[in-house]
Amino acid sequence: MTVKEVAEKLGLTVLTGEGEKEITGFYSCDLLSWVISHAKAGDMWVTVMNNINILAVASLVDVACIVIPEGVEIYDNLAERANEKGITILATELSAADVIIRSSDAVRGIDA
Amino acid sequence: MSEAIVKLHYDIDAEDFTTAGEASSGVKKTLTRLGVNHEVIKRVAIAMYEAEINAVIHANGGTADVEITPERVTVIIADNGPGIPDLDQAMTPGWSTATNLVREMGFGAGMGLPNMKRYTDEMYVDSKVGVGTKVTLIVNMNRQGA
Repeated sequence: MTVKEVAEKLGLTVLTGEGEKEITGFYSCDLLSWVISHAKAGDMWVTVMNNINILAVASLVDVACIVIPEGVEIYDNLAERANEKGITILATELSAADVIIRSSDAVRGIDA
Repeated sequence: MSEAIVKLHYDIDAEDFTTAGEASSGVKKTLTRLGVNHEVIKRVAIAMYEAEINAVIHANGGTADVEITPERVTVIIADNGPGIPDLDQAMTPGWSTATNLVREMGFGAGMGLPNMKRYTDEMYVDSKVGVGTKVTLIVNMNRQGA
């Protein structure tokens, strides 16, 4: 299932990017050194970090998308740079745990 | 991949972190274009990103020189920062001298040098207090016959 399809199903806001990538796993952590060595390509990465450095990490790991949970604010320069780099950022009021549980259900075809 | 040797040079700008990771991303793109094995690319990208971030956090930037040969990728990150007084301590996972501001940005977990060690085949740190630090990272191509 693509990022866009999951976003539509769960009502997540697509802030940047096209969301064309396939979600093949899930990951949540805010320590960037931890993320870069443990997240996998194709993961939906959930983080409350909203600074520009998450884009380099997302692009180096090649995650499917970034999700900013719990209504954390996203600034214009982050969105601008994400669009330039073609990185999809989703936003939601849901918690990190809820985003992952519900997205995982959606990807596996389980109706909540 | 081709037999040619590829050399790349980057200036690592501090600039409030806005361009941190550009050099590693550039190297990742080049390695991908050269058809290098994915695992090798991942290891180079992680180790180099950590070194690049360290130069930004601790030394207000520096330089990156990369050499790609059919045998290995060598990355040298050099800075004119404060240097590392106690390398054994700095290599300890979890040890960090990062400021609170840097930690709030998601760095300073004390995993930079340990990650570099973990993802490279060879790593050399040449550091003098008050002069600067040079980190050499080598990742061999041959693990999976790339």
